[in-house]
Amino acid sequence: MNVVVLIKRVPDTETRIQIKDGQVVTEGISWIISPYDEYGVEEALRLIEKYTGKVTLLCLGPDDAKETIRKGLALGADEAVHLNDPAFAGGDASTTAKVHAAALKKKQFDLVLAGKQAVDEDNAQVGVRVAELLDLPHVNSVIKLDLSDDKKSAKCLREVDGDRDLAETALPAIITTQQGLNEPRYPSLKGIMGAKKKPIVDWKAADLGLDPATLGAKGAKLEVINIEPPAARPPGKIIPGDAATAAKELVHLLHEEAKVI
Amino acid sequence: MANNILIVAEGRDGTLRKVSYELVTVANEMAKGLGGAVEAVTLGSDIGKCAESLAKTGVSKVYQVDDAAMATFAPEIFTAALSEVIKKAQPAVILLGATGFGKELGASVGARLDLGLITDCTSFAVDGGTLVMKRPVYAGKAVATVKPKSLPVMVSIRPNIFAPAAEGSAGAPIEKVNFTAPTPRAKVVEKVKKEAVSVDLAEAKFVVSGGRGARSAEGFEPIKQLAKTLGAAVGASRAAVDAGWIDYSTQVGQTGKTVAPQLYIALGISGAIQHLAGMSSSKVIVAVNKDPDAPIFKVADYGIVGDLFDVVPVLNEEFKKVLSEK
Ligand SMILES: Cc1cc2nc3c(=O)[nH]c(=O)nc-3n(C[C@H](O)[C@H](O)[C@H](O)COP(=O)(O)OP(=O)(O)OC[C@H]3O[C@@H](n4cnc5c(N)ncnc54)[C@H](O)[C@@H]3O)c2cc1C
Ligand SMILES: Nc1ncnc2c1ncn2[C@@H]1O[C@H](COP(=O)(O)O)[C@@H](O)[C@H]1O
Repeated sequence: MNVVVLIKRVPDTETRIQIKDGQVVTEGISWIISPYDEYGVEEALRLIEKYTGKVTLLCLGPDDAKETIRKGLALGADEAVHLNDPAFAGGDASTTAKVHAAALKKKQFDLVLAGKQAVDEDNAQVGVRVAELLDLPHVNSVIKLDLSDDKKSAKCLREVDGDRDLAETALPAIITTQQGLNEPRYPSLKGIMGAKKKPIVDWKAADLGLDPATLGAKGAKLEVINIEPPAARPPGKIIPGDAATAAKELVHLLHEEAKVI
Repeated sequence: MANNILIVAEGRDGTLRKVSYELVTVANEMAKGLGGAVEAVTLGSDIGKCAESLAKTGVSKVYQVDDAAMATFAPEIFTAALSEVIKKAQPAVILLGATGFGKELGASVGARLDLGLITDCTSFAVDGGTLVMKRPVYAGKAVATVKPKSLPVMVSIRPNIFAPAAEGSAGAPIEKVNFTAPTPRAKVVEKVKKEAVSVDLAEAKFVVSGGRGARSAEGFEPIKQLAKTLGAAVGASRAAVDAGWIDYSTQVGQTGKTVAPQLYIALGISGAIQHLAGMSSSKVIVAVNKDPDAPIFKVADYGIVGDLFDVVPVLNEEFKKVLSEK
């Protein structure tokens, strides 16, 4: 079977976001595969180990994203498509989804995995949008995935708004991943060495038959006009005294001063 | 075209979720700047009560799409239903709750109708007739200001930020919208019971979280007790989740839930950047930690340097006293 995983390159979650002139400073950031997408890669690898087949990674990003793609290949994915065209830059979820949908049209697949959300802009849109654009069914926020014997359908446990539901979907489908789906593996040394020889093809707008004017910053429906640090919190107070005294005083303060209780 | 706003209400077990009332507040405020009517839609099966509640919030009209096929969630059916109402109502802004339901439906309808969607907004302004939204990015490590290049646009609003609108007595007209539900290829077939979580983290007014300092699953018991007293949701750091002391659905942080309750109590949590990302926009933060240098104290409004196992039982008793006086 063929599984495609959408992986986005995002700043390491350790990163302190620095801002200059209303934009995030990207120099010096170390980049990772968005954590939810790692669950996708892991799930795809496990499926292939069970059923045989191929795992293809799809990543839209600048030249530097190759490094992140290699990390995915090092984990065991077979090949990758780098959606790499300046025309894609500065887009929003709608344009990013259009590019992915066009790329997927050129691929044969049984299943597409994407993250529930990417941990940079926290949009939580691209996977679902791609499903809709390709007229494929989707199941969102999945924590357990079981394929039927004939691989024509899947049972998925999803976790949404504090509820757990069992969903069923026909395949091919798009499934978005949630924490709990699996424990992503670490790359092996052999994997890292092997990744260097695995194929990464670059596709541009022209390869996908897309009009650059409908993509990236030009085609986006939304415009980010500023990025700023969150409002600073006023300094807090440490409540003195032994545990019992301090606890009593705390409840008093929450009641009388902060008035949240 | 009038700049109408359409609220997508959300129900659960036959009643409207609180976020639906919060959306009314947002819509009323937006409508002042945009100049248009506020309408609402409720989607589901047997949702007459939801439609009636909604009609009493001051909106000018309620669309009710009531179909047995929507008794459980099927993305294709809900997408078709909402798309139908949007085509009919022709709103300039479609408002959803930034819940799992609202985010998913917003994305699918956005793709179907080729609309932009601004996810998880926490504030907004109408500037010279243009809608300008603010939303946390990088799980709250930064805030983005985003505007649509044109209307209509879809917007999801983070729960718990805006005051819910009250239900009055006068009812707005309710229009039933017929639509033909497609046969879905993906659908929810069963609700799965799990360890009873009484309060959903993302919507909770109060959150009580434990970290590695809780030491074990048993160590979470006093923390859960305290949460129960407060009617709070239980949260956790990733260290506690990874250790298997508590379910991973309780994880707060960049790769867990983002929460912004009125009160967040962090017990035995050091305050790693990924954890702070998920909770630092809480209104009031309390930290209890043995280590006076723990980074959590940098964001806490009130801190106690001490052992959580000494502090939590006293807190529990004191909160009980205060709550019973109310
Ligand atoms: C990709 C990635 C994503 C991540 N995402 C998240 C996330 O979403 N959420 C998250 O929380 N973490 C996340 N982390 C993990 C994060 O980096 C920290 O490791 C984690 O938050 C630490 O949890 P902790 O504070 O409970 O544990 P520790 O850092 O070990 O802190 C325990 C604290 O408890 C105190 N303590 C111990 N005993 C007691 C006691 N008896 N009474 C009072 N205090 C006591 C100690 O002084 C210490 O400060 C992520 C990490 C990575 C790499
Ligand atoms: N630029 C991108 N390249 C590859 N995959 C992406 C990209 N943007 C989003 N995705 C996928 O869509 C998911 C949701 O992203 P988002 O809608 O941006 O939160 C991510 O977890 C990825 O799986």
